[in-house]
Amino acid sequence: MSTEKEKIQAELDAYNASVEKAVAKFPERPNLPEQRLYTPLDIKDTDYADEVSFPGVYPYTRGVQPTMYRGRFWTMRMYAGFSTAEESNKRYRYLIESGASGLSCAFDLPTQIGYDSDDAISEGEVGKVGVAIDSLADMEVLFDKIDLGKVSTSMTINAPASVLLAMYIAVAEKQGVAADQLKGTIQNDILKEYAARGTYIFPPRPSMRLITNIFEYCSQNVPKWNTISISGYHIREAGSTAAQEIAFTISDGIAYVEAAIKAGLDVDAFAGRLSFFWNAHNNLLEEVAKFRASRRIWAKVMKERFNSKKEKSMKLRFHTQTAGSMLTAQQPNNNIVRVALQTAAAVMGGTQSLHTNSRDEALALPTEESVMVALRTQQIVAYESGLADVIDPLAGSYYVESMTNKIEAEAWDYIKKIDEIGGAVSAIEKGYIQKEIQDSAYKWQMDVESGAKVIVGVNKFQVEEKPVEGLLRVDASVGEKQKAKLAEMKAGRDNDAVKAALAALENACKDENENLMPHILGAVRTYATLGEICGVMRKVFGEYEAHTNL
Amino acid sequence: MMEKRIRVLVAKPGLDGHDRGAKVVARALRDAGFEVIYTGLRQTPEQIAEAALQEDVNVVAMSILSGAHPHLFPKVVELVRANGMNDTLIVGGGVIPEGDIPALKEAGIAEVFTPGTPTGNIVEFIKANVK
Repeated sequence: MSTEKEKIQAELDAYNASVEKAVAKFPERPNLPEQRLYTPLDIKDTDYADEVSFPGVYPYTRGVQPTMYRGRFWTMRMYAGFSTAEESNKRYRYLIESGASGLSCAFDLPTQIGYDSDDAISEGEVGKVGVAIDSLADMEVLFDKIDLGKVSTSMTINAPASVLLAMYIAVAEKQGVAADQLKGTIQNDILKEYAARGTYIFPPRPSMRLITNIFEYCSQNVPKWNTISISGYHIREAGSTAAQEIAFTISDGIAYVEAAIKAGLDVDAFAGRLSFFWNAHNNLLEEVAKFRASRRIWAKVMKERFNSKKEKSMKLRFHTQTAGSMLTAQQPNNNIVRVALQTAAAVMGGTQSLHTNSRDEALALPTEESVMVALRTQQIVAYESGLADVIDPLAGSYYVESMTNKIEAEAWDYIKKIDEIGGAVSAIEKGYIQKEIQDSAYKWQMDVESGAKVIVGVNKFQVEEKPVEGLLRVDASVGEKQKAKLAEMKAGRDNDAVKAALAALENACKDENENLMPHILGAVRTYATLGEICGVMRKVFGEYEAHTNL
Repeated sequence: MMEKRIRVLVAKPGLDGHDRGAKVVARALRDAGFEVIYTGLRQTPEQIAEAALQEDVNVVAMSILSGAHPHLFPKVVELVRANGMNDTLIVGGGVIPEGDIPALKEAGIAEVFTPGTPTGNIVEFIKANVK
């Protein structure tokens, strides 16, 4: 065996010597990592049984299910929502008719930060980046004629995740669907909001309590629901590297598991419902390696650190979205190609569900036509490309296996650093994670500006362009419409019942041992608004104040 | 005599939390020798105008990705001017469709920087237009 390695080493040395001169003539590509060729020597220390193994087998490097896409494809889940519940309901039904296999709700910013549409701070934002939801009445319209017993729904909602989940449960009740039949995900990941995405409300402690309350409530009442989607997506969008994306996110995951265990939950009672959310960025092979490394790290964390006994708890299941920040406003049709490559990365990396961005999203919300191209991209990769025909097709590639090891090692270094700081909550409070992300974002921008990193159409191969026409415009009157609907709803509800429910919620907030979910559900059923419910919690919990250092 | 350094307020109006662009621009402006103050997230137009006054800045540079720019950018201009800051250069950037730009300029936004703009262009624009 060692003579075999020696032989490869000798041939590699000869090869390197022979090409050294030739590549020196190509000044165009000076910025690449040193190694140009990978060989068996790069993975000579990787033990197949321990580190790679089989799909569905610890440490799940090759995938979390034994069958992967030979069983069924990933869920093609398109993130959508804008304007009013009526408009968004139309888009959801269009997507379902077009073959999308799951829904993914985008909420407007007032909803994400717990304000009603008639709040002064909501002015100009209502219905802009997602649908406006003020109360159960809007939620009923949003899912009108959509069978919640059949569809799986992902909701990008964090600080007020408990309230939107309660609304979803209440709509299902009205449809005659029991909570234990509901399938879907709430993002519910507050730590990355502090670090990267910005839609926080409450300080970390009560936020972690809300999250733990949801874990507990769902494990008993909504057992098929993914209670959190621990998200690296936004950390990457904010500018992190691939290794930072998975490291910071897994550190967040560790913090959630610790909080729930501290609250008295058994790790295997909730950990199987934890899910993750990754970014599919431009460097296809690096991304595949990242997805594989993330599964391996989480499996080790759950087994070794938390002594989990259930396989389900150790399996990192993830949703993927293609990188929004990599879309260019220049020559927007090129984005179709970028998204196709990112889709290939997500699929070869073994994602459980995928949102593909549309070509026009560096300019505005996507039109129906461009959303269709994005969905078709997934379908072409699934049915035509062959990439989904075998499980983990890049396993055994000297380069991809070695890159998987490298990203894993880099991520462990960060996780250890964050442990030393006192965990993810402390690292965020001290600004460590934010600073690391900002430094990477700045380096990326400087590399683009120096030309060290080429973005086609942006700093190379530019052309004169006419402004893109036919972009989606959110009707400017949506704010007024939403306000009028809200006023009408408030006039028609039983205001005494609302007051009583809000008072009960306030008392529960003050008692740390009380699970808030039943009280929130109680308030939602009376048509108390999102702003009223979050207002009560703001009063008791206070609000988070960010300290931004440049 | 040393030339007075240009003071810039980098601001995030509205509720949107995407501040990668704002922070990158803030740092690039600082590296270009400007004095930079960053407001942080979720600033109302009133807060931005007040900060511009308190910090006595030459430039207000706003970033927005949520689509609320047609409402928020002109509002900031109005409030900054109402404070008597008639010479303050006000610029904006973010995910802003080309078609919205003429109205923003009409409202007093001196320039709008869209995705893909090199930070150097922003530095040059400010140097050329600051009063």
